[in-house]
Amino acid sequence: MNVVLKSARLIDPATQRDEVIDIQIVDGVIAKIGSAIRAQSDARIVDMKGAIASPGFIDMHVHLREPGFEHKETIATGCTSAAEGGFTAVCCMPNTNPAIDDESVARYVHEEGKRALEGLVDVFPIGAVTKGRKGEELAPMAELAAAGAVGFSDDGAPVANAGMMRSALEYSAMFGKPVIQHAEEPTMTKGGCMHEGRTSTLLGLPGIAPVAEEMMIARDIMLLRYAPKARYHVAHISTRASVEIVRNAKKEELSVTCEVTPHHFTLTDEAVTTYDTNTKMNPPLRTVDDVQAMKEALRDGTIDVIATDHAPHTIDEKEVEYTAAPFGIVGLETALGLAMVELVEPGFLTLMQLIEKLSANPRRIVGLPAIRIEEGATANLTLFRPDVRWTVDIAALRSKSKNSPFHGRVLVGKAMGIINNGKIRLNA
Amino acid sequence: MALESRHLLGLEGVSKEDLTLILDTARSFREVLERPIKKVPPLQGKTIVNLFFESSTRTRISFELAERRLSADVVNFAASGSSVSKGETLKDTARNIEAMKIDMVVIRHESAGAPHFLSRVVRANVINAGDGLHEHPTQGLLDMMTLRERHGSLEGMHVCIVGDILHSRVARSNIHGLRTMGADVSVCGPSTLMPARIEDLGVRVYHRLEDVIPSVDALNVLRIQLERQHSGLFPSLREYHRFFGVTKERVDRAPKPITIMHPGPINRDVEISADLADGEHSVILEQVTNGVAVRMAVLYLLGSSN
Repeated sequence: MNVVLKSARLIDPATQRDEVIDIQIVDGVIAKIGSAIRAQSDARIVDMKGAIASPGFIDMHVHLREPGFEHKETIATGCTSAAEGGFTAVCCMPNTNPAIDDESVARYVHEEGKRALEGLVDVFPIGAVTKGRKGEELAPMAELAAAGAVGFSDDGAPVANAGMMRSALEYSAMFGKPVIQHAEEPTMTKGGCMHEGRTSTLLGLPGIAPVAEEMMIARDIMLLRYAPKARYHVAHISTRASVEIVRNAKKEELSVTCEVTPHHFTLTDEAVTTYDTNTKMNPPLRTVDDVQAMKEALRDGTIDVIATDHAPHTIDEKEVEYTAAPFGIVGLETALGLAMVELVEPGFLTLMQLIEKLSANPRRIVGLPAIRIEEGATANLTLFRPDVRWTVDIAALRSKSKNSPFHGRVLVGKAMGIINNGKIRLNA
Repeated sequence: MALESRHLLGLEGVSKEDLTLILDTARSFREVLERPIKKVPPLQGKTIVNLFFESSTRTRISFELAERRLSADVVNFAASGSSVSKGETLKDTARNIEAMKIDMVVIRHESAGAPHFLSRVVRANVINAGDGLHEHPTQGLLDMMTLRERHGSLEGMHVCIVGDILHSRVARSNIHGLRTMGADVSVCGPSTLMPARIEDLGVRVYHRLEDVIPSVDALNVLRIQLERQHSGLFPSLREYHRFFGVTKERVDRAPKPITIMHPGPINRDVEISADLADGEHSVILEQVTNGVAVRMAVLYLLGSSN
């Protein structure tokens, strides 16, 4: 693959570089970064016209549904959705069937990722913390790590048992992989399907109290003090108090990181008012104050990562009564546009900081090597236009599922394409 | 005269004008119900389906009576359980209704928002007969009608809803409707049976009947579901009755007579004492009669606007 990116605005947090320049890629390797590069005759020339080239984005929290739920998404369709959204890598959660709680499943997912789109998008499995994600016995974490798992989580469900969490933190510390917690105290959330507050009372829907998330994070951080070598990551953080707990733990220099989804920094529980099941997710959409807290925590660095919790479900699965609908929405293709509109335009993040939260930070957390944008390095790049206005159309989503609450929303900022593993894919 | 909406999904957001129109119309149907021949022709040729996904006897019979007295053709559909356990999805049920050319749907469902879902996928008028913990608008209307008939006007009167507010769609519909009509509404019950931020709906919250009884004009006593005592939300029915039971002894201490209401069915001597339920200030059976009149009014106003 020989490509020349003409007049790209190269933004690289690793070197703090931000300049308009040409990038020549030969056989998938960055051959030259400079001005007025003359392309070889066989090279594909992409006129960037000042659009951004940045280190490739990684979404460290997606559900690819394969194996077991291929009617919702497959590794191939999920990778296409990722590529369309500008992600060169994804970490996929283990709530498949069978769960990724065994090295053969981990290896299958990792290998299938290499086959899908000929390896354009890297697929890194997250292994289960417990066998079958049942919370009863530890999964073979070392074997899972050897088979390619980059972290551990029972996501979709919490590691609720405190003794089990303690073991998971201590055991995973031996090989330096993070435990990613879906923070939810299950004895408090049974039957809940939206944030507990004024809107749930008006709608008569069973509520999920924010404290169910907060107390689980607080508990885990207390456990972490006794497992100093462990690394703990909070998935999809959603409340102001949760963020405050993480902020304080970071001041203690505990190894705590966290992520937020685009929907939790964009929408509030008032979006549920129409009973649209595409507003049903776990954790639920919170209040205006919580949304504000997410933005502030992104700005001050308490929140390290933007991850989508991409959760495909079919139309038939979602078009049911609100209480019966499954949790989750697709997110890969709307993440960048939402982040630009909600975070960069109002000044919560600079473009440089946004790119860190979509690339360097998540890669560091899951232990992947940093992406270098320099001559001689393999090209792993996301190309995007920060200022293009577009309207979300669920019919145009590349994901197999269309469950997005953002249909019809005008976003600013869209991926142009990605370059990774010697391949290039440009969006239509 | 027509209502602003084609459906009655709840009383939240329904204007004072529409509520007044429904209550006034119900009053004239109430007169019809006193006649020897109780049938009138306005919905002749209209087909109404009563879709009851949750068991109910009195609400369904009340609707059916109202429909028949307006000369509509009535079909009943009873099914238990949500789409998940039942096999057919609500969406498919809705499509069937559409295919059978039904004009109006009365739906009761255990899931809040099910009537809203239905109203988006069928052309028929949808009337909510109780959805989850959300609303039960015709119950709210019949309670308002009963109070209005007894007190003349709802403006400025103080109504306290007593009991399990958390699990009550009746409470929510009453709060919205009464507040729009200018009544002063409070709720009283154990703190564990109060929904989050209920005060945001414009009601005062009490945890002692003694504190609210001196100032109320009416007590609307909710049924306490017997199975709730195992939910961990309150210790026992005995303790509930002792502290939140509406008894003659408590009510007699009030400076003026208090109208006693209950949406039924009554657990005698649990949430309300038997002597009070049968006493001179009880309007519980009037509520039942008004229920038919109010449902006739809603069906008439929605059904004749098409």
